[in-house]
Amino acid sequence: MAVLEVLVYPNPGLKQVSKAVETFDAALRDFIADLKETMLTGPPSVGIAAPQTGRLERIVLVDVSGKPKTPNHGFMILINPNITGSEGSVIGREGCLSVPDYTGNVYRAERIALTAQNEFGRTHHFNFSGFEARAVQHEMDHLDGLLFLDRLVSRRDRFRRKVYKAPASQTQNS
Amino acid sequence: MTQWYMLTFVGKDRAGIVANVTRALFEGGCNLGEASMARLGGNFTIMLMVQSSGSLEKLKDMMAPIAEKQGLRLHVDAIEGELHHHEEPDVRISVYGADRVGVVADVTGALAEAGLNILNLETDVGGTSAAPIYIVYLDGIAGKGVEKLEQALETLRKEKKLDANLTPIDPLTA
Repeated sequence: MAVLEVLVYPNPGLKQVSKAVETFDAALRDFIADLKETMLTGPPSVGIAAPQTGRLERIVLVDVSGKPKTPNHGFMILINPNITGSEGSVIGREGCLSVPDYTGNVYRAERIALTAQNEFGRTHHFNFSGFEARAVQHEMDHLDGLLFLDRLVSRRDRFRRKVYKAPASQTQNS
Repeated sequence: MTQWYMLTFVGKDRAGIVANVTRALFEGGCNLGEASMARLGGNFTIMLMVQSSGSLEKLKDMMAPIAEKQGLRLHVDAIEGELHHHEEPDVRISVYGADRVGVVADVTGALAEAGLNILNLETDVGGTSAAPIYIVYLDGIAGKGVEKLEQALETLRKEKKLDANLTPIDPLTA
């Protein structure tokens, strides 16, 4: 295994669209092991995408299990991921290994349904919500050459944040 | 040897102010740092970090004609400035209520006592002229923990008839 170099913006590699993985062989699994080691070795991160290391293939790793009180699926290898449904829109602060010393507010779907292949090419279905859904969407953006910087909303943006629930005492009157 | 300056411009809002000011600074050999610009009550306001090898007087003399042409008042301070040292906020707070004098003092006083370091604050007056509402929106660092801030907000709700919301900011790095 090896720790790979993480590309930092403005490296043009981060703005490329990645290709689908077609061959699920030992070389792919070796690369995934390297990618995982890279994710675990650098600054604390809940995910990494293959193109962040210069490999333009549709592979992301996500693991939000280290975060307390966060529903999660543990460590996941998502290959050729495809969002099949999404719901809600929430704003949250994001940072990125490829964009040091900056965080910004970004809207993401609150819940997503997704299919992805594992390292052996088998297709799985997932439903993600909250922080984990945000992490998956952030990583998947890398596969299309997008950074959270492409989705920034102003720090002043405060009223479109989410659909507000009416307080219980008012719901019957509205 | 270069020095950081804080340039402040205030004047009646019109199109082109930012373009004209920053073009003049660029042509005068200045480097720009972080900036905050906003339209407040029909005025356009600029606070801008500017790095220059020249003296404060030279910078003032260079920018005075541009400011005058744009109908802006200009103020220049030499500052100790540094980039790449962002403080990350961990709470976002909004407080609002019927407009009256003293809202900001009440809110920030209570929050300061509860350990809040404000990094960014904006206020607005909404509603109608007959029934204005005052909105304070800020983010900052909870120096004594979120619970202390929640307590302070509860006191503001009860004793000052304000509505308040606190949202922890939990940046995702991926």
